[in-house]
Amino acid sequence: MSYIAAIDQGTTSSRCIVFDQSGGIVSVAQREHRQIFPKPGWVEHDATEIWTNVQSVVRDALAQASLSHADIAAFGITNQRETTVVWDKATGEPVHNAIVWQDTRTDTLIKSLGHEDKFRERAGLPLATYFSGPKLRWLLDNVDGLRARAERGEVLFGTMDTWLIWNLTGRHVTDVTNASRTMLMNLETLDWDPEMVSAMDVPLSMLPEIRSSSEVYGTYEGVPVASALGDQQAALFGQTCFAPGEGKCTYGTGAFLLINTGDKPVHSRNGLLTTVGYKIGDEPAAYALEGAIAVTGALVQWFRDKVGLISSAAEIETLARTVDDNGGAYFVPAFSGLFAPYWRSDARGVIAGLTGYISRGHLARAVLEASAWQTREVVDAMNADSGVDLTTLRVDGGMTANNLLMQFLADVLDVPVVRPIVAETTCLGAAYAAGLAVGYWPSADALKANWHKAAEWEPSMEPAARARGYRKWKKAVERTVGWMDEDDD
Amino acid sequence: MPGPIQSIQRAAEVLKLLAHGGAHQLSVGEIARALDLAKPTVHGILRTLHEVGFVEQEVEGGKYRLGAALFQIGTSYLDGNELRAKALNWSDTLAMRAREAVRIGVMHGKHVLVVHHVFRPDNSRQTLDTGALLPWHATALGKALVAFGEWPDRDLRRFTRHTLSPEDLHTAMNEVRDRDWAYDLHELVEGEASIAAPIRDRRGVVVGAVGISGPVERLCESPDQPPRLELVSYVREAARSVSRELGGLSW
Ligand SMILES: Nc1ncnc2c1ncn2[C@@H]1O[C@H](COP(=O)(O)OP(=O)(O)O)[C@@H](O)[C@H]1O
Ligand SMILES: [Mg+2]
Repeated sequence: MSYIAAIDQGTTSSRCIVFDQSGGIVSVAQREHRQIFPKPGWVEHDATEIWTNVQSVVRDALAQASLSHADIAAFGITNQRETTVVWDKATGEPVHNAIVWQDTRTDTLIKSLGHEDKFRERAGLPLATYFSGPKLRWLLDNVDGLRARAERGEVLFGTMDTWLIWNLTGRHVTDVTNASRTMLMNLETLDWDPEMVSAMDVPLSMLPEIRSSSEVYGTYEGVPVASALGDQQAALFGQTCFAPGEGKCTYGTGAFLLINTGDKPVHSRNGLLTTVGYKIGDEPAAYALEGAIAVTGALVQWFRDKVGLISSAAEIETLARTVDDNGGAYFVPAFSGLFAPYWRSDARGVIAGLTGYISRGHLARAVLEASAWQTREVVDAMNADSGVDLTTLRVDGGMTANNLLMQFLADVLDVPVVRPIVAETTCLGAAYAAGLAVGYWPSADALKANWHKAAEWEPSMEPAARARGYRKWKKAVERTVGWMDEDDD
Repeated sequence: MPGPIQSIQRAAEVLKLLAHGGAHQLSVGEIARALDLAKPTVHGILRTLHEVGFVEQEVEGGKYRLGAALFQIGTSYLDGNELRAKALNWSDTLAMRAREAVRIGVMHGKHVLVVHHVFRPDNSRQTLDTGALLPWHATALGKALVAFGEWPDRDLRRFTRHTLSPEDLHTAMNEVRDRDWAYDLHELVEGEASIAAPIRDRRGVVVGAVGISGPVERLCESPDQPPRLELVSYVREAARSVSRELGGLSW
């Protein structure tokens, strides 16, 4: 029997999950890496630490199941998106810490590049700190001598997929989904767009080759490395959302609602992103509309690490259940500004509705409820863009272990929330794409049979309570915008 | 030497009940019901525990939860929500392999509290019963928990003619300890069976149990036979995987 090993290089940790042919989990290994916060609004990762962690989780996952590389039919890669690293082609040394997608240091650079909608048509994205192109430009402008080295062809750029594939196979490639987040790729041609590349002022020669999401890029220890997908797109694929109109929302560091729109990019009028969903080998690409929320699980992690009222993420549910409601407190975690549907980089977080009555239990509730209300806003945007209302929400990711949150989500959306039998759909999607590339699975349609409902939460909130809560949430959101001033840095 | 002091025993019961993961804070009435004690007795115990800071109330006259003083003396307990998060991958995999519904339980007073439930993977209509209480003596989950802990009480209600008598239960529990897994056959509901195995933390203490349940004809070769060994091995493998996740096993 052979297996597929998926590597999920996420924002908080790197995982390797080994799957069998039925899509069942055989083994899991996981390792967290450091979150480096050099200044307010800046977030970095050490790319070398990440590569070391990836090697060890692969080793551990195989060892746990007593497998050797010969038992693995293919490796699949999925990764935190947009996070940007530049490294020396000769030594493999990163020239700087990786700049993480949540990082806001490119705020002033963004303003100097022009109007928010400048690249919307070509890239499907608003000009925002979130994307890789501006992060690369920042490195070229701020790391001593980097631009000259780049022009001499001595350094390479990549998102985390590219960094891993280069280390695993020696090839400098990315896939269409990751490339669609750089703000340098043209959504129609699926190639680097000369105008955007020159507007961003980055040398074309340091960019990787753009390939499909499911093909053999090279080998590692003799095993084909056969897929690469951004984590959110991988989850879409893992949930087998292959038909237009099918979608899911994944809850990790942030939350990301993606809906498959078929083989044409659809542009949003309500603050959603247009992105590539996946591209399987030579087949046409599938596009998606995306509602990106920067901070959901990250708020829980902040509550654990920076406030210290809980010692594990799961304990937030226990603390939240010590009270019956939020006591009137609303927490808008605009730590990296606001993403969809607002795209306000000048926003910062607030806790609104504070009174002497508020206890730590109420705060824990407000932390969890923030994930649900933010989802409500992107679902509203999605409904407005598509003209049809969502009837159920498919969810996945680590936060779906939180029953209180899932119930509250069903309550505020007023639709059932459904979790599939593999919560780790990000890894599953990368495994599926890799397995398809090497013929481990015959076709995408065959994978649909593996999808099963593992849990369902039915809405049970009074309409009046929902309306009141949403109104308060919106008022709290209003209080976050415009916080940053010109002289803040 | 004098015998055990009853009021201290009872105070310990109250604390254990409040400590159990996933639970709300509890009212005097709820505690009294769970422990089969008179309300004034529970009230007296809580008042004393409140004075020493081992329990606290959000508002005067409201529900009770564990107090800060107790956390400061620092015994670690396993949070039920934590257990669910750690078990997620393995309970899903168990449901896929066995093609049956999966539940994870912890002891809560005299009952088994369901902290996690995975639907039977056939996309049929099912209702999440996380938070439900099950009788320990008529379920595989309960037997797997109690075999390695303390016997909650002797009031063992008969649900069917197959529900075990106290004597048979004693024998069965010895078997559970020997085999390290448990089952129930028609004991809670006629025609239904369940299989479960204990989950251990890093100290080797049983902190939960994971199991499957379903109709006897699917779980067993025949209606009066113990469960199919293939299913038992899936359940035990899941329990081992969750235990490993909790740092409880080295293999
Ligand atoms: N039971 C839980 N309740 C609330 N938040 C949780 C729970 N379990 C995990 N999280 C949050 O989910 C995030 C980790 O999920 P994961 O899918 O690994 O994220 P990522 O892929 O973005 O690194 C963390 O931010 C953590 O705080
Ligand atoms: Mg992830």
